[in-house]
Amino acid sequence: MTIAPILRSLLARHKTAGSLVIVEIALTCAIVANAVFLIGERLQRIQTDSGVAERELSRVQLAGVGNQDDPHGQTREDLAALRAIPGVDSVTITNQVPFGSSSWNSSLHLDPDQSEPAAHAALYLGDADFLDTVGLRLVAGRDFRDGEFLDYHPEEGWQQMLEVDTVIITRALAERLFPGDSAVGEVLYFGEETPVRVVGVIEGLMRPTGDSADAPGHHSVLLPVRTPYTIGGSYVLRTAPSDRERVLGDATEALSRPGASRVVLEQETFEELRAEFFHADRAMGWLLLIVCGALLIVTALGIVGLASFWVQQRTRQIGVRRALGATRGQIARHFQVENLILTSAGIVLGMGLAYAINAWLMQRYELPRLSWIALPFGAVTLWALGQLSVLGPARRAAAIPPAVATRSV
Amino acid sequence: MLRYYLELALLSLRRSKVLTALMVVAIAFGVGASMTTLTVLHVLSGDPLPEKSSTLYYPQLDPRTEDGFPPGDDPPDQLTRLDAETLLAEGRADRQALMTGGQAAVLPDPEGPGGAIEPFYASVRYTSTDFFPMFDVPFSAGRPWDASEDEAGGRVAVISKELNDKLFAGEDSAGRALRIDDTEFRIVGVLDRWRPAPRFYDLTTSHFTEAEEIYLPYSTSRDLEMTRAGSMDCFDTRPPGQTETDLGAPCTWIQFWVEISSPDDAASYLAFLENYSEEQRQAGRFERPVNVRLPALMDWLEENEVVPSDVQLQTWLALAFFAVCLINTIGLLLAKFLRRAPEIGVRRALGASRRAVFSQCLVESGVIGIAGGCLGLALTLLGLWAVRQQPVEYAELAQLDLAMLIATLVAAIVSSLLAGLLPAWRACQIAPAMQLKSH
Repeated sequence: MTIAPILRSLLARHKTAGSLVIVEIALTCAIVANAVFLIGERLQRIQTDSGVAERELSRVQLAGVGNQDDPHGQTREDLAALRAIPGVDSVTITNQVPFGSSSWNSSLHLDPDQSEPAAHAALYLGDADFLDTVGLRLVAGRDFRDGEFLDYHPEEGWQQMLEVDTVIITRALAERLFPGDSAVGEVLYFGEETPVRVVGVIEGLMRPTGDSADAPGHHSVLLPVRTPYTIGGSYVLRTAPSDRERVLGDATEALSRPGASRVVLEQETFEELRAEFFHADRAMGWLLLIVCGALLIVTALGIVGLASFWVQQRTRQIGVRRALGATRGQIARHFQVENLILTSAGIVLGMGLAYAINAWLMQRYELPRLSWIALPFGAVTLWALGQLSVLGPARRAAAIPPAVATRSV
Repeated sequence: MLRYYLELALLSLRRSKVLTALMVVAIAFGVGASMTTLTVLHVLSGDPLPEKSSTLYYPQLDPRTEDGFPPGDDPPDQLTRLDAETLLAEGRADRQALMTGGQAAVLPDPEGPGGAIEPFYASVRYTSTDFFPMFDVPFSAGRPWDASEDEAGGRVAVISKELNDKLFAGEDSAGRALRIDDTEFRIVGVLDRWRPAPRFYDLTTSHFTEAEEIYLPYSTSRDLEMTRAGSMDCFDTRPPGQTETDLGAPCTWIQFWVEISSPDDAASYLAFLENYSEEQRQAGRFERPVNVRLPALMDWLEENEVVPSDVQLQTWLALAFFAVCLINTIGLLLAKFLRRAPEIGVRRALGASRRAVFSQCLVESGVIGIAGGCLGLALTLLGLWAVRQQPVEYAELAQLDLAMLIATLVAAIVSSLLAGLLPAWRACQIAPAMQLKSH
């Protein structure tokens, strides 16, 4: 079968309807390609590795009512009480947790006189059990030593950080600050005069709020600082996954003994924290998927409608061709090839449009460039869709008997 | 004539039920998706204070050090405590209030009308008296505290309607005592339901969160060193012994709003800010060149990109979907009208003008539009219901108002008429003779 006569008949007789099909397919193709790309982006974000042993962790956040007499003493008692709960492997306290709503950040400098910071990073303050409890893996250097920890006093605030002289940083941050070098032993500055020494590098630890404009998601620094529970941090408990719910209940009870002048603000497993954190991305992913589905259905139905109309319009013509010896297969193929031509034109146009839409999205919503993988995906989907939609009308056309040619309509 | 066309349209639509249903459903889905997202967008980008927003301004100063100074940088989003307190004391605007967010423990009276309630944490706004009249905050009982209480650090509180319902079972609680963070406060006012959306006066945290449950004088919160919450940016080293919230601390964490009724006065307020900033620079307190701003409320919202980008993206997606649905409808209408070419040819031969054929076709598309609009309205309501089920802060705001309801129907009808234009034009081009010949 040659394409030329089909093309000629399309151009001559079905210009309007043909162009409508092409435009519809182009639009659908462009939207689906971008939507699939966006879905991929969201999926990737949802799978962000926090760097901690999420399945085994839970957290309890407390706040004091009124002034607390001895926050550090109370925190030590709390930690002991939590450790005593059956099923608790280890406990730590930290100022912030991944997926949590609060986040402490600082700019980092490689030289105290440097005015532009070398990087921005989240600051995790943890006690001696922090590294092991949350499940961070050292890839170089060492953990903090006992003498390096100090107690955080809220009234002194940030000022106190100047007394810290050792830090552990994430691999991503190490590569940023000291590319191609082992960061262990290097010195950095929190924008102040006093240097801090990097003693270890960990695989990864997400900033509480993930990626942001000024820092990638895994730029974190660990400081050997024991925080009291009164500053909005959390107790983090490590347990077997099956024990989490029970342990959380026991922990809440242990921490909110009657008479204790404080309130439990949050208590949840890290899986719950993660689910909540990525809720918007999941919802958006589903929405995009549903819209893609609806678009494809609408486009398919449109093709079915127009193809059926063409079959009906050409009934006599088909009868004549059949009477002149065309096989059923040839008739059906005519419509299939016709559809292939229209879809292909639509796809070519759609690809260009997809990149145009993407360029606009990139500029307006700071999205990355459309990956080329979305293109063959969009093309194959639409070719398949076109062929499936035209199957019914083509079959009906093939079923037209040659005798039609002899009848007048 | 219109009635006759309507009858013809219904007849024709009934003859090809599947095709008609297809077009109606396509329009309905397109309209439903677009109107759902547009309603959310409309609600989220609305003016929280339509009567006053043009008279409210948000002064910004740049108190930061030379360190890391890039020319053209925006000033910080908040003021230092010293600047905010100075601007408040200067009182150069018609009204002005400083404010910051916080958290406080509420210890309910077990004997109170609300019954025994466990202590809990409530959101608090520490502010000054002008906050209430400046933002048209509605009161159901009592009144704001007055300026003397701001000065004296009075132990007075205004509480939200919701908190009043919870603690006092909705009774007028003005004059009652309330223990907050171990201190006894006297309730002077109870708000009526107040839900500014976005929570424009503090954009440093979530934009669409509810307004606070408790309002206390800022001065009192400093006396008692109550817990603050929200963003804080410290840009310089503090001398030993100074805390982040001390008066001279190099930290920005206070929001400051002014009400200025005439644009001329706004210009002179800006000049005052420039003057102040220059004075501070000469005194050595500010290091950067004068960089002050005075955005009006709506400009400030825009600058902060209050409308979530996902919501915008969803709107574009829905509109694109609608476009595909419309092109689809154009194609189907074309097929439908041209399929009736013989009939139209006969009508033309019997004397129907092109105009008559054209309007008849348009009436038919209009009928599809009305049906699509009704179904689309139902889908919009369903869509908004689905949005309200989402755990997002703006969920409850996703409600259809009358304007959007009318817009939904109009959009459906107008779009179906537009979709009908090309097919109707093609239909009225059908020559009478041709059709008669082939029969």
